[in-house]
Parts: sequence; C-alpha cells; structure tokens
Amino acid sequence: MPSAEAAAPLFAALADPTRLALLKRLADGGARPIVALASGSALTRQAVSKHLAVLSGVGLVARRRKGRETLYALRPERLAEARAWLDEVEAQWEDALGRLKAHVENP
Amino acid sequence: MTDRIEKSIAIAAPVERVWRALTDHEEFGTWFRVKLDGPFVPGEVSLGRITHPGYEHLKWEARVVAMEAPHLFAFTWHPYAVDPDRDYSADPQTRVEFRLEPDGGGTNLTVVESGFDSIPAERRDEALRMNTGGWEAQVKNVKAHAER
Repeated sequence: MPSAEAAAPLFAALADPTRLALLKRLADGGARPIVALASGSALTRQAVSKHLAVLSGVGLVARRRKGRETLYALRPERLAEARAWLDEVEAQWEDALGRLKAHVENP
Repeated sequence: MTDRIEKSIAIAAPVERVWRALTDHEEFGTWFRVKLDGPFVPGEVSLGRITHPGYEHLKWEARVVAMEAPHLFAFTWHPYAVDPDRDYSADPQTRVEFRLEPDGGGTNLTVVESGFDSIPAERRDEALRMNTGGWEAQVKNVKAHAER
C-alpha cells in the first residue's frame, strides 16, 4: 500500500460533517472568503477558519489572496487521490478473496 | 455516500467450510497471509504478523466484533497502519464484515469494508440531514462542474 500514509490524513480530514459541508459549498469550483462560507450556517468565522486550516493542511482546499481577502477553493484532485486509494484497497480484497476461494476449493 | 468497499465471490464449497476458513485463525492466516498469535475471540483483540511478501514488517491488529456462525464474521482495524513505529490507536478504524450465504451446495461470500471517512453512524445521519453528501459526492460534483 504505497500511498496509504498519504491517504490516512486525507481521510481523517474528511471525517467530519462540518468539513464535508464546507467542501460541498466549494464543490462548484468557486473561490470564496471565510465570511461567505460562514454565512447561512451556525458556525462562527473562527470555527470555519479552523476547519479550513485542516482542509488546506492536507491539500483539499487551496488558499489565495485577492486584495485584502483570502479566498478558499476546492482541490478536486486530492479527492480523486482518496478514491484511488480506496480502489487499491478494493483490489487487495479481490486478491485475498481469490486466495480464500482457491484455499477452500482445492484442499 | 460511498465510504465502503463491497466485494462478492461465489465459492464452490459449503458455508460451513468457508466459515471455518474465515474464523479458524490458522486457516485465515493461510489465505490472508498473516501469522496470528491465537484464535479469534469475539470482543477481543487479535494480534499477529503479516506474512504477505513485502509487508512482513507489519503487525496485524484487529478487534473481533462479531462471530455469528456461519453467517457473519466481523472485525475492526486500522486500514492505514503501515508504519510499525507509529501508534495508530487514536486513528480512524474501519469495520470489515464477511457475510456468508448458502447458494445451492456452494457459498456466496461478501466482504464489506466500511467507515473510511470515520463518521460515526449517528453523526452520519446528521450529516445527511444537513444535505452535505459525502466526500465522494463532492468528486462527482466537481467533475460535473468541470465538464460543463
């Protein structure tokens, strides 16, 4: 599992409903400031900022400056990496089940 | 919300035979490629060493959560535990379930590994109510957006 060490922090960052909600709001590809991401939710700007820091820490969200504002945007390629890792796990189970089948069918 | 892997296989052997291959720790070790210290006991942690070529430095550690003969065998483990020097006890765990169904004289075996995004079930419901979707849904959203 060569990419497992890289995948673990990704999944950990995804393991939170608030962060999933933030990703959802960024899923149209647009870049938004914290104030826009906090509006309409029960979250304070500080809370949003904390969750965005986790997401940008693992590369799921990119940060850029525009004038005095900081804008946040989704990096879909990181989500695709998480999917690729799951595909790999799936392939390993396929191999293991194949060995189990051979084990019980050919004693 | 897909955070699970599901694989099925038809095996030309009776359910009881497949059950034994899954739950007898020595038989399990043969095909899974792990050397286990002792038998599987519900509620207890199973320890051992991986014997899969190239991964022999890894420890096996799983907690048996269900042994309902001959239909359900389940354990939880740390799917990302690849560094033998790190303590993974606080990291997310996934649940691995083996489900056996008789099919004629043979067995349909399904393995389900779930919980990769580690949101406990009760919070997952909440997340769904919030209409957040899962991370995989986000991949599709972004893809749809990019292809528009």
